[in-house]
Amino acid sequence: MNHRIAAIASNTFREAIRDRVLYNLIGFSVLMAGTSILVGQISVDIEKLVVINLGLTAVSLFGVVISIFIGIGLVSKEIDKRTLYTVLSRPVQRWEFILGKFFGLAGTLAVNTVCMAAGVFLSLLYVAHRLQRADSSILVALYFIVLQFVIVTALALLFSSFSSPLLSAVFAFALFVIGSFSADLRGFAGMSHGFSRWITTAAAYVVPNLSALNVISSVAHGESVARQMILANTAYSLFYAAMVLCGAILIFERRNLK
Amino acid sequence: MVICLGYSSARFLLIIFFGTFLGTAHIGDAMNAIEIQGLEKTYSVGFWRKQPKQALKPLHLSVEHGEVFGFLGPNGAGKTTTLKLLMGLMYATSGSARILGMEINDPRMKAQIGFLPEQPYFYDYLTARELLTYYGKLSGVATRELPQRIAAVLDRVGLTRAATTQLRKFSKGMLQRAGIAQAILHDPKVVFLDEPMSGLDPMGRREVRDLMVQLKQEGKTIFFSTHILADAEALCDRVAVLHEGELRGIGTVADLTSKTQGKVEITWHGSLFPAALQALGATGQVSGDTLRAQMNDSQLDAAIDILRRERCRIISIVPVRGTLEEYFVQQMNTPDLSQTGSSRKGASA
Repeated sequence: MNHRIAAIASNTFREAIRDRVLYNLIGFSVLMAGTSILVGQISVDIEKLVVINLGLTAVSLFGVVISIFIGIGLVSKEIDKRTLYTVLSRPVQRWEFILGKFFGLAGTLAVNTVCMAAGVFLSLLYVAHRLQRADSSILVALYFIVLQFVIVTALALLFSSFSSPLLSAVFAFALFVIGSFSADLRGFAGMSHGFSRWITTAAAYVVPNLSALNVISSVAHGESVARQMILANTAYSLFYAAMVLCGAILIFERRNLK
Repeated sequence: MVICLGYSSARFLLIIFFGTFLGTAHIGDAMNAIEIQGLEKTYSVGFWRKQPKQALKPLHLSVEHGEVFGFLGPNGAGKTTTLKLLMGLMYATSGSARILGMEINDPRMKAQIGFLPEQPYFYDYLTARELLTYYGKLSGVATRELPQRIAAVLDRVGLTRAATTQLRKFSKGMLQRAGIAQAILHDPKVVFLDEPMSGLDPMGRREVRDLMVQLKQEGKTIFFSTHILADAEALCDRVAVLHEGELRGIGTVADLTSKTQGKVEITWHGSLFPAALQALGATGQVSGDTLRAQMNDSQLDAAIDILRRERCRIISIVPVRGTLEEYFVQQMNTPDLSQTGSSRKGASA
C-alpha cells in the first residue's frame, strides 16, 4: 500500500473512532452479557448453541449496519463538505482516494469485529465454563463475517461514489438482504424456464453470494468448515469486492466535483 | 587533454540534445507558471430535458512566475469553476491548461502547488497539527521533516496556540488560517487561493494580505480569485476580470484603470476659476492659490488656451486614473462580447 492510501485509510479509521463508532461495542457487550446470563438460567444443554448463534448474528448485523451507514458517506460526505478538494488538489489519484477510504473502513470493521469476537468467546466461556478445540470453527465464521463486511463496504462505497447517502443506504441494504438469500435465488433460477430463468440466473450471479459466507448455524452445531470452502469464499469475496471497487473507481474518475 | 575536450564536447552535445528534445517541460516551466488555452466548461442542467449551460467560455490566459495574479468577477462569474478545472476537480469540455509546464492532472505538478478552496471546511475531528500532518503526508513531505514544517507554518499563520485544538472549535477566521497553512505547508511554487479574504475581519484580511506579500517576496506565484477589489488593487501585479464565464479584461491594474476615464486634470496657480472653463463643462476645486479642473481629453487644447489667455501658470496636466472598481463596474455593464460578435481579443489588454 502506498503512503497516500495509507494516510487516507488511517484518517478514515481515525474519523470512525472519533465519531464514536466503536460505541456500538457497548451495546454489543450489554447484549452478550444479558444473553449469557438469561440463557444460562432458562435453557438446558443448548446454552452454547444459543450464545454462538446469537453472538455471531449480532457481530454480523452490527458490522453490516456500520459498514453501510459509514460506507455510504465515505465519498458523498467528502464532496458535500468539500474536504475532498484539498485532497485531490494534491498528488493523490482518485483511485488512491477510493482505496484509502475502503481500507480505512475495512480496518475499522476488522478492529470492531475483533472486539466483538472477544465478547462472544467470553460469553461462551461464561455459559460453557471452558472452550473446546471444535470452538475454533467460530473463528472461521468470524472470518467469513469479515469477508461479508468487505463486500458490503465495497458496495456502499460504489453507491456513495455516484448517489445520495439515502439512496446509497437503500441500495446497499437491499443488496445485502438479497445477497443473504442468494442461495434461494439460485435455487429459483434452477427451477425457472425461458426468459425468467435467464434473468434470475443473471441476478443470482450479479448479487453478492453472502449466503455462502453464512456458516453461523453449522458452526453453532459444532460442524467444522472445509478448507476448500475457506479458500473458495476468500477468493470469491476478494474478487467480488475488487470488481465492485473497480466500478466505484471508474465512476469516481469521471465525476465532476461541483 | 584530448580526452577532456572529447568529454566536454560530448557533454555539451548531450545537453543540447536533451534540452531540445526532452526538456520541453522545463522550457515551458521557465516561461509561464500557468498557461490556459481555451479552457471551457459547459454543464447540462435540468432533469428531463437537459439544457447546456456554459459556465466558462473559452478562456486564454497566462500567469508569469512570481506574479500575483488576481482573478476578479462577481459571484457566479466562473472563477471557482476555473480553479476547479485547474485543480483537476472538474473536467474541461474543451481546451487545456498547463501549470509549471505540466498537465493539470500530473501528480508531479500537484506536489508543487497549494490550493485554498472557497469557504474551506476541514475534517473537524482533527486538531490543526493532525490536519497538517495528514496533508503533509499526502503532499509527499518527508515524515522526519513534518514536525518542523508544521510548527513553522502554524507560527506563520498565527495558530501555534491552537495546534492541539480540534478544528470543530475553530472560528471562521481560524479555519481560513488553517486553510492557508495547508496550502503553503509543502512549500509550493504556485499557490491558488479562492476568495482567501472571505469571512475574515479587517485584521484577518490584513494578515492574509501581508502573508501574500511575503509569499510573493519568496518568489511564489499566486493566483487568487476575489470580488474584493481593494485587495486586488493592493496586491496584484495583474488582474483578469471575468463576467458570466467570459474574460472581459486582463492587464496590470494601472493599464486597466487608465483606460476607464478619458479625462485629464489640469492644475494651475491663479486666483479665479475662469468662467470660460466652466462653460466647457470642466469641474473644479480650489485650494489656496492652486486650482484644479477635470475635463474630457477632447477639451484639453481649448482649456489650455483659456488658461493662457487668463495668464494662469499651468503646473501640471495629468490623465485622470480611475479605480479598479470603476473599471470593474464598466466591464459588468458591457454586453456579452460573444453575443455582440466582438472579437475575444478585444477583451485583452
